[in-house]
Amino acid sequence: MAIRVFFLLLLLHSSSIPVLSLYEDQVGLMDWHQQYIGKVKHAVFHTHKAGRKRVVVSTEENVVASLDLRHGEIFWRHVLGDKDAIDHINIALGKYVITLSSEGSILRAWNLPDGQMVWESFFTVRKPSKSLLLIVTDLKVDRDSEILVYSNGNLHAVSSVDGLILWSMNLAAESVEIQQLIWPHGGDVIYAVGFSGLSQLHAYQVSAKNGELLNHDIVEVPGGFSGDMSLVSTETFVALDATRSIMVSLMLIDGKISFQQAYVSDVVPEFSGVAAILPSKLEGMFAVKFNSRIAFIRVNDEGMLEMVDQVEDLAAVSDVLVFNEEHRAFVLVQHGGSKIHLNVKLAHDWNNDLLKESIEIDHHHGLVQKVFLSNYIRTDRSHGFRALVVMEDHSLLLLQQGEIVWSREDGLASVIDVTTSELPVEKEGVSVTKVEHNLLEWLKGHVLKLKGTLMLASPEDIAAIQALRLKSSEKSKMTRDHNGFRKLLIVLTKAGKLFALHSGDGRVVWSLLLQSLRKSEGCPHPIALNIYQWQDPHHHALDENPSILVVGSCGIGNDESVLSFIDTYTGKELESVSISHSVVEVIPLPYTDSRERRLHLLIDSNKQAHLYPRTPEAAAIFLHEIPNVYWYSVDTDNSIVGGHALKHNCISEVADDFCFSTRGLWSIVLPLDSEKIIATATRKSNEVVHTQAKAMSDQDVMYKYISKNVLFVATVAPKAAGRIGSVTPDESWLVVYLINTVTGRILHRMTHLGSQGPVNAVFSENWVIYHYFNLRAHRYEMSVIEIYDESRVDNKDIWKLIVGKHNLTSPICSYSRHEVSTKSQSYFFTHSVKAIAVTSTAKGITSKQVLIGTVGDQVLALDKRLLDPRRSANPTQAEREEGIIPLTDSLPVIPQSYVTHALKVEGLRGIVTAPAKLESTTLVFAYGVDLFFTRLAPSRTYDSLTEDFNYALLLLTIVALVAAIFVTWILSERKELRDNWR
Amino acid sequence: MASIHRSKLLFLCLQFCFSFLIRSTLANSSGKGDGYTINGRIKIPIAGTKGYGLPGKTSNVKVILNGGEKVTFLRLDGYFSFQNVPAGTHLIEVAANGYFFSPVRVDVSARNPGKVQAALTETRRGLSELVLEPLREEEYYEIREPFSIMSVVKSPMGLMMGFMLIVVFLMPKLMENMDPEEMKRAQEEMRNQGVPSLANFFSGGGRN
Repeated sequence: MAIRVFFLLLLLHSSSIPVLSLYEDQVGLMDWHQQYIGKVKHAVFHTHKAGRKRVVVSTEENVVASLDLRHGEIFWRHVLGDKDAIDHINIALGKYVITLSSEGSILRAWNLPDGQMVWESFFTVRKPSKSLLLIVTDLKVDRDSEILVYSNGNLHAVSSVDGLILWSMNLAAESVEIQQLIWPHGGDVIYAVGFSGLSQLHAYQVSAKNGELLNHDIVEVPGGFSGDMSLVSTETFVALDATRSIMVSLMLIDGKISFQQAYVSDVVPEFSGVAAILPSKLEGMFAVKFNSRIAFIRVNDEGMLEMVDQVEDLAAVSDVLVFNEEHRAFVLVQHGGSKIHLNVKLAHDWNNDLLKESIEIDHHHGLVQKVFLSNYIRTDRSHGFRALVVMEDHSLLLLQQGEIVWSREDGLASVIDVTTSELPVEKEGVSVTKVEHNLLEWLKGHVLKLKGTLMLASPEDIAAIQALRLKSSEKSKMTRDHNGFRKLLIVLTKAGKLFALHSGDGRVVWSLLLQSLRKSEGCPHPIALNIYQWQDPHHHALDENPSILVVGSCGIGNDESVLSFIDTYTGKELESVSISHSVVEVIPLPYTDSRERRLHLLIDSNKQAHLYPRTPEAAAIFLHEIPNVYWYSVDTDNSIVGGHALKHNCISEVADDFCFSTRGLWSIVLPLDSEKIIATATRKSNEVVHTQAKAMSDQDVMYKYISKNVLFVATVAPKAAGRIGSVTPDESWLVVYLINTVTGRILHRMTHLGSQGPVNAVFSENWVIYHYFNLRAHRYEMSVIEIYDESRVDNKDIWKLIVGKHNLTSPICSYSRHEVSTKSQSYFFTHSVKAIAVTSTAKGITSKQVLIGTVGDQVLALDKRLLDPRRSANPTQAEREEGIIPLTDSLPVIPQSYVTHALKVEGLRGIVTAPAKLESTTLVFAYGVDLFFTRLAPSRTYDSLTEDFNYALLLLTIVALVAAIFVTWILSERKELRDNWR
Repeated sequence: MASIHRSKLLFLCLQFCFSFLIRSTLANSSGKGDGYTINGRIKIPIAGTKGYGLPGKTSNVKVILNGGEKVTFLRLDGYFSFQNVPAGTHLIEVAANGYFFSPVRVDVSARNPGKVQAALTETRRGLSELVLEPLREEEYYEIREPFSIMSVVKSPMGLMMGFMLIVVFLMPKLMENMDPEEMKRAQEEMRNQGVPSLANFFSGGGRN
């Protein structure tokens, strides 16, 4: 075996660098790409013109997108920068989408049909504050409309045609926080209303034409204000006092303010606790939320308040919609069982519903969180309404005429963690999609394919062949395949929803909104954290389905956590536990119990370890192994790396057999004033290394230092922790460490002077690759460190290795003090890096590729051999044969080696690799706002035929050979006969 | 005019740095420190025509400052700007699908408000103005070679078939062309030698 593998390795090494290349017609055969937008914050409908109906949305992933209202597809989409959150969107002039982002400092206009940016305006913002956006039309000036932006104490008027600032006005003099901008229709006067101090209310009357301050009224309101102000009509608005129990209704008539106060409890008899005004803009009334109920309160012309109705808390209200010139309507969405009830009501008439619909909605979508209303004119000229609903799982649904017209699973734009799971084994009774059941279809397909190979196909035929290849039922079957290409990708999203995606075509196999990660009394702000493999049946418990563990925490400052166990075949929650300690770290242990459940250690904030599953059997296994369990902690705030071991059971009032206290073994305290930890990396715990030895060209052997207990730590000068270029090269440095996490020994330390972060690192086998910024060259660099074990130097003979007389089987012990040597080298790299990962294969024989998520949201596959520290300017012949590439100062970026080819994974955040069963192949999943999946063969598919293998030619050859045999046989028979006659 | 003259002088001074001064506007007149503007332009050559311009799809081009600190988009005319940029050294990257742009080092000077220096980091070439052009177009796919007889012949199967054809059709011809007497002699020789065995092949090899 060793010999075979050795020659195989030689074979692999001697081949030239395989560029991962793809033909254009192979797109979509092995890969899929899905585009998402994220949880919708605002939506504006654009349905006026006869053209395509669309809705423009902004989302929590900083995406502005235009969606097709008929099918929910994306017309165009822009992902803004990470810190560029969109606060407001609107449509101006009927053709520009206006976005106000970065706390009101950037105003952009996008062309509505194609998404091209038209103009961009900036405002200086010193401190983040509330920003407001108001579009004033009908000014009758050059068919322009004015965009009013309030940010950071300044009111700006911007021309919507070219983005030029028409006038600016400083309202910050009295430190007034403007809450509302009001533009009474048909006038050219704007009112800006806001608070200053605790109880002063200011109303500014400003000319929309030139920004002249016409009037300024100040009123002292006893009781003060808290939070937001809701606009009821153009003259009336409502706020709550500082205790949130008194409602203040304010009237603004000709720039003069008058106010009235009323106790909430006087208007709403059931009131208790504190109230909050909902941000929905309703006409003539407003909605107040108090302990799990929502009350609708009408404001009459004198500012008197009266309650209209109250509903359960689990409801959403849209803004008011003006239709048919004077009618105003809004929609109220309520839950009732598995249905949601839509009530479209006229603003002035609560009791009559304009439209009443009930729609069955999958309970995996959770509750309705936001609703946006739009109207359309039916063929019989009556008004119809459609509602765009944002659900708890971040999905987006369009409801119309009592049906879900389309839905988008936009929760998938915020993936937190990914794991893979096997599909069920194919057996009787397991549903398998019918292959080609019709003989005619089958024949047709094959005739088409034959035509294709013989170059006889017309363009339509080629399209048909392509379609056949893409929807080949083979790749989307629901059973395990021989090569291990078909898997389930289990993703956990920010909303606390799990999705199982089929690796063949990316469809959602099942989804589950985790009940334990929803808001509840005990857990008001749940955060989904991670997924772990819980049970992966291989040998003993084959009749059980595999399951995963989802860990969630109840937010900062809350010591509760939740664990959820989910069956990956069915997507059902098996069990969910609420636990009374926090979870700082989860350590999957390399031990399983008799049901093949993996033992997990959960470390809480008091550095106590809790063992799961909580069974006596697990405890027995664990107690047996307790002297061998170590863990490390990294404290980035204090620059301390510490190693810990487990002691005995916790000391607490209640005896707990599954709780263990820990003791510190070692700690490395880095000087806080010169080194700040910015990145760490370890090997993946499930990584397989095939060979520990590396054969050199001169028949020499280097032994890789392979240990799961090595930690890579990168620190920078605290000054240089900011953005790149913020420090001079002389005052910044990057120090990297390799630390043995059992003994705390620093195996290697290296300083890069004049370099700074951000550092992205990946650790695999015996090497670590990290990416950082070199200030002296002002370029990014990638460095590699390879670490070798020098204590085995005596059995260097390669023949011993091949014959098997080496001592590689002797145990490697993290306690022993190995002599190690390192080799390292640095290379320039062109791009910024968002994520970095390494390919992983089933047996670890195939050479590795480093997958780099670049700033352009693409994934680049870089052969590890390009990052070999042994590369030299003039490699010897022997080294060349070994596969050493001559040294270059920078790493090549070959466009054909982009894994994502011409696609982009917008907002790329992470890359996950998983081995397939076929040794040459690895599965790659990249996630961000988009999802992308493909499979890679870093050394080409040496163990199977490629997709483009010419079967026709093989068949043709065989047929020709058989024919030739017959022909020659007949010929020879004849000849023999002739000879015999002679 | 004076400013042009001055920049020429400076061009001479800074020849060694390979970077030239370019004009930029001062964004913030309040002068409180954190407010410079970097204005630039992106030119993408249109395939087929000689001139420079912008292809139809500029809406997907992103300009990224300092590895993601700020992201901006192109206007219709290809211009972009970053505002409120502090003085210091910055890195601008362009993400445009299908084109390879070199990152640009941009120095915003605090002493000389409004002076911006720029240099491509890949080629270390200075820029006289912040006009960025792609270094090359990127082709993400292999070009499939058109069908040709030669490729079929060259493939292992083709070679096999070729060899077979030679054996089937050329060998009998060769045999026919042989002199019958010579043929007989050869056959006799073979009979004398007997069946060549592996053993005497090896011994023969040893003798030589």
